[in-house]
Amino acid sequence: MYTILDKQALNDAIKLMVIEAPHVARKASAGQFVIVRIDDFGERVPLTIADFDRSAGTVTIIFQEAGKSTKHLGSLNAGDNLATFAGPLGHPTEIKRYGAVICVAGGVGIAPVYPIAKALKEAGNVVISIVGARNKGLLFWEERMRTVSDELIVCTDDGSYGRKAVVTEPLKEILSVKNIANVWAIGPAIMMKFVSMLTKEFNVPTVVSLNTIMIDGTGMCGGCRVLLEDGAKFVCVDGPEFDGHKIDWDSLLSRQRIYLNEERIASGRWEHICNLDKSDETAGDKDK
Amino acid sequence: MTKQERMKIPRQEMPLQDTLIRRGNFEEVSLGLPEDAAVKEAERCLQCKKPKCVEGCPVGVLIPQFIKALREGDINEAVRVMKIKNNLPAVCGRVCPQENQCEGNCILGKTGEPLAIGRLERYIGDYELSRRTCPMVKPHDTGKKVAVVGSGPAGIACAVDLGREGHKVTIFESLHSAGGVLIYGIPEFRLPKPVVHSEIDYAVQCLGIEIKTDHIIGRTVTLDELLGEYDAVFIGTGAGLPNFMKIPGINYSGVMSANEFLTRINLMKAYRFPEYDTPVRIGGRVAVIGAGNVAMDSARCAVRLQKSMGMESGEVHVIYRRSRDEVPARLEEFHHAEEEGIIFDFLTSPVEIFGDINGNVTGIKCIRMKLGDADASGRKKPVPLANSEFTIDVDTVIMALGTSPNPVVFTNNGNLRRTNEGTVVADNETGRTSRERLWAGGDVVTGSATVISAMGAGKRAAADIHRFLMEGM
Repeated sequence: MYTILDKQALNDAIKLMVIEAPHVARKASAGQFVIVRIDDFGERVPLTIADFDRSAGTVTIIFQEAGKSTKHLGSLNAGDNLATFAGPLGHPTEIKRYGAVICVAGGVGIAPVYPIAKALKEAGNVVISIVGARNKGLLFWEERMRTVSDELIVCTDDGSYGRKAVVTEPLKEILSVKNIANVWAIGPAIMMKFVSMLTKEFNVPTVVSLNTIMIDGTGMCGGCRVLLEDGAKFVCVDGPEFDGHKIDWDSLLSRQRIYLNEERIASGRWEHICNLDKSDETAGDKDK
Repeated sequence: MTKQERMKIPRQEMPLQDTLIRRGNFEEVSLGLPEDAAVKEAERCLQCKKPKCVEGCPVGVLIPQFIKALREGDINEAVRVMKIKNNLPAVCGRVCPQENQCEGNCILGKTGEPLAIGRLERYIGDYELSRRTCPMVKPHDTGKKVAVVGSGPAGIACAVDLGREGHKVTIFESLHSAGGVLIYGIPEFRLPKPVVHSEIDYAVQCLGIEIKTDHIIGRTVTLDELLGEYDAVFIGTGAGLPNFMKIPGINYSGVMSANEFLTRINLMKAYRFPEYDTPVRIGGRVAVIGAGNVAMDSARCAVRLQKSMGMESGEVHVIYRRSRDEVPARLEEFHHAEEEGIIFDFLTSPVEIFGDINGNVTGIKCIRMKLGDADASGRKKPVPLANSEFTIDVDTVIMALGTSPNPVVFTNNGNLRRTNEGTVVADNETGRTSRERLWAGGDVVTGSATVISAMGAGKRAAADIHRFLMEGM
């Protein structure tokens, strides 16, 4: 069992948790992920490592409540336990001195981008960060991002904060005037697709971090496979970072929708049970 | 009883769950011999002076001795004799290909039906699990520490034998549950998970073995670190990396590896979604590619899912490029699959998977094959027949084409010799690898094989590790 030591709501939908998991903290690096399972009924959910503290033996995860599992996870509190916390998985980000780089983060993608931007900055790169979200309420860690960036651009889709734009707009402006060595982009697949299409026009190498359907996270199920120019790869063992210019994005986007219907069923059932619990403590049993 | 009298006793049939009912549930198909039938079957044994059956068993179970004890009514002695060589009889009694091993060698099989050794083994195993007689004891503490990587059949067999010698054994498992392929691969209706948990927990408790789950060797801890901390390390990580056919369309939604399909069902209990959170997608028309045990398990799971979801008119095809005579699956599983209504498309090979505009599978294009001359494996090589392409309409494709060793365990491990196929080079008798104090066995060495052969390799490695630890060589 792995204890939740701290929980913070970064906004209405995005939660941060610090988990006691010394076996993962010992080896964790920026760019890697963990597999989390809440209890014996739970799924194995891949979540990016947002931060870690080797001496304290803790790992920080940040997640957006979307489906049943992340809503359930979000309902837990400090002192609760998780059944599974396995990792670190995947390859760490390749950090070196590139020159001027851009880190693009969308929504909850800010969490995995932060340690990468921090490491790039520490390695002597000039870091320009572009952070985007649908609205102001979904933004977090602006100050943290600012401390590891030479320049920070914040935008929202609805203009409720920062610049009213999608991340590709400022990205295009910068690429048009500056010599950029490398771009990192983490966020929704559709955002990473458009970032990659844009950077390809400018011939700037682009690393994206994929979050695909995954069961074990160790290379066993193959559910996370993604089509690249040179064949299929497994996100869990070959990634999670890939060259954004080589990915068949349409195949990736369609594979992410495989279990949408089941997610709706599980999510609806979860909310139903939660509401019953709130209105009548015994009513929840009827559902089982 | 005379030899003639023994030979007149008919082979005792295994009671089975009714075909039509079992197609709609995941409960065990074979129900186990009742006591009187088990004793009657044991009476059939001729107690050969030179038992061929034992030669056919990869772990050398003392078959005539346990059967003698069983028919003399001393079942505790039968358990004791069994456990000398086999740590997981309830598992092996269910999943071993007995027809090719012990029973395949049985002298009774020359003129009639061989002794049902597998059924008797299962009887002994089940008896022990319900009674907990525990004939295994930890004799003394040698002060030596061994790390076992992987808790499947090879790892468990190795760990248990080392535990019995008094070494301190720690098993590292990447998943949240011990058992490896016994847990994620083999379905409940063939091997109930409580049987696996019970056999493993029991062996582990008797011998004080520690199991660390959620530890991915190569990521959480490296082999080098294990070698630094332990006196010896055994790798029994199996062959878990699924192979996909290199044909167009494999990334359409609805195409999955048998590993993914079976892991969702077995490890994550997806057949009980939404009570359990993990779903599994199955359509009304399923194609399983391959005809090994994993293909049979996948096809039979697919039938059960279809029926339990109300798809009474569902179809499950097994597509195999060779003929009925070459089916690599256990005969019993093949028969059970046929009984359950699975359609076999023999001498057929997929060439392309079709999908719709949303990326969902709609069909599979196949080509007819004929059998030519024998290939390197000794089997007749399938050759495509020109202009024989046809399409089967399907919405789910499950690839059961064998697996390769998972490379993650070998991360940053330069001088361990491996083959081009990714398997570890290890001595067949001892399991020794090219690295000092590092042993390997099971599917990670041989590629996909059977539970019992992996157990055999684990046991041989354990014997060699013990020798090394005690004698330093």
